[in-house]
Amino acid sequence: MSATLEVKGLCTHFFTRAGVVKAVDGVDFSVGKGEIMGLVGESGSGKSITGFSILGLIDPPGRITEGSIKFNGTEIANASENALQKLRGNRIAMIFQDPMMTLNPVLRIDTQMIEAITAHENVDHQTAWERSRDALGLVGIPSPEERLRAYPHQLSGGMRQRVAIATAFLNKPDLIIADEPTTALDVTIQAQIIHEAQNLTRRTGTAMIWITHDLAVVAGLADRISVMYAGRIVEQGGTDDIIDRPRHPYTVGLLGSVPSANKRGQRLYQIEGMAPNMLALPQGCAFAPRCQSATQACATSPDVEDFDGRRLRCFHPQQDGAIA
Amino acid sequence: MTDMNLPSPAKVETPFRRFVSEFFESRIAAGAFIGLLIIIVLALLAPWITPQNPYDLGQVDVLDGRLPPGSEAFTGYTMWLGSDGSGRDLYSAILYGLRISLTVGVASGVIALLIGTVIGLVAAYAGGRIENVIMRIVDLQLSFPASLVALMLIAILGKGIENIILALVIAQWAYYARTVRGTALVERRKEYVEAAQCLGLSQTRIVFRHILPNCMAPLIVVGTVQTASAISLEATLSFLGVGLPQTEPSLGVLIANGFEYMMSGRYWISIFPGVALLLTVVSINLVGDHLRDVLNPRMKK
Repeated sequence: MSATLEVKGLCTHFFTRAGVVKAVDGVDFSVGKGEIMGLVGESGSGKSITGFSILGLIDPPGRITEGSIKFNGTEIANASENALQKLRGNRIAMIFQDPMMTLNPVLRIDTQMIEAITAHENVDHQTAWERSRDALGLVGIPSPEERLRAYPHQLSGGMRQRVAIATAFLNKPDLIIADEPTTALDVTIQAQIIHEAQNLTRRTGTAMIWITHDLAVVAGLADRISVMYAGRIVEQGGTDDIIDRPRHPYTVGLLGSVPSANKRGQRLYQIEGMAPNMLALPQGCAFAPRCQSATQACATSPDVEDFDGRRLRCFHPQQDGAIA
Repeated sequence: MTDMNLPSPAKVETPFRRFVSEFFESRIAAGAFIGLLIIIVLALLAPWITPQNPYDLGQVDVLDGRLPPGSEAFTGYTMWLGSDGSGRDLYSAILYGLRISLTVGVASGVIALLIGTVIGLVAAYAGGRIENVIMRIVDLQLSFPASLVALMLIAILGKGIENIILALVIAQWAYYARTVRGTALVERRKEYVEAAQCLGLSQTRIVFRHILPNCMAPLIVVGTVQTASAISLEATLSFLGVGLPQTEPSLGVLIANGFEYMMSGRYWISIFPGVALLLTVVSINLVGDHLRDVLNPRMKK
């Protein structure tokens, strides 16, 4: 079975006046049918840029400089705007972080959903309306007919995000890129949204990339996890492997800084230092200055290697449960 | 019936309905709006509610000239506002003049708005060199006073209502272009535009269907203010004798006609058309001012 999406050596660089920002620098991953991949990293690690690169929505001064993005076997990196426009919203859909900002405030829900269908398919208004209504029902929105008539400001945050998810699934896409879709929601709604998303991908066989900074979210959702740091994937593997036995010091640190009940009263672990300046990345491993296991060897950049059933980019794999 | 238990669908609060109720909260705005409505209705109904057609020379008698307000005309009716030098009933002439003033103001306002909006949107969305060229032309245009531009154009094009409208459009499109471009630049950075791109919508659709409706608020405000200024600009041109011909008196022509009689105590010939012009422009501006207050989120209480 060939993967729905296969990204190889993707580099997206921004050529700013202050210098070249290597926002994405050699990223590899693949997502199969019905699979959910969690793309985890801090703010500025390049995870969102990776998502936008796939959709071909990188604005100048940024561009994809290298690498290949194969979607259903077809190369779409640097494809024509016309070809990409046919994919967007149709075969590849996107869900954003803040549903208040992504729905147009002056257009009603039905207008926005129906045009998402008619942009790609020649169907009449009534059919499109019925499909929108059914999609809203599918994500657990009560009385969808009424919600379709509403304006975005009349819906709650959770409701709006459901609308966004329903819109993403409207054209039964092969791939959905969800960019921190639950970050702006409170925890109970978060759980419901995650449940709906999981349900829908399983049912429709849609592949999904779930971009987040929250390991707790992907732990219960994703099949595989890729951890990104400074534009590179540092660790990649099955969710259980990564959550239970993290090997990269950065993953270990991330997991260690999640508050949990069995560490009550103790000081939370924190990764020393700050996310690196993308204009002046350190020589070698970008994480080395913050890493407690760093040695002389880390002055050269580690390659990605297979290690313990996963892909790892580190000279000093951590032991079980150890917090650096 | 199970349907009985369902709550009746609440009245959907559309942005428009909320806006209307907010607008009429202010008494001045409501008064100005009603005043403007009355002026428009009077102008529209002019042929049916005036005793005389001031354009029909057969109905105008020079012997009725310069009659003070309230005097009886030869043809039998009372001239409540008096008559001008050529014997036109001023009440009739003012209503007919209002028709011309409003037509010129609204027509040039709408055409300039359409042209300016499209150009402004294109500039904002295209960016780069196209935007630079367009905006430098706008700057150049705005560095001349509108009345000067209109005067020059009329000198080239000649008199007549179409030419005045054309001159006003050319003098005013740049205001709209600049306003729309400013708002559109802010709007196109918003996430809903990105989301629309991710839905695979076409550029044209995103610009006109998603960005434009979000630029409407400042456009409406500039539109009303510019319409009022178009009306006074037309009056200015006519007053200076380069606007409309004597046979089709607009308010400006009427004011100019009465000017020579001012010193001889025949105040009404200039004053009444002047008051009509003043009321029209002030009511439009008051409506425009209050629209700005309602539509500007920063000025909300």
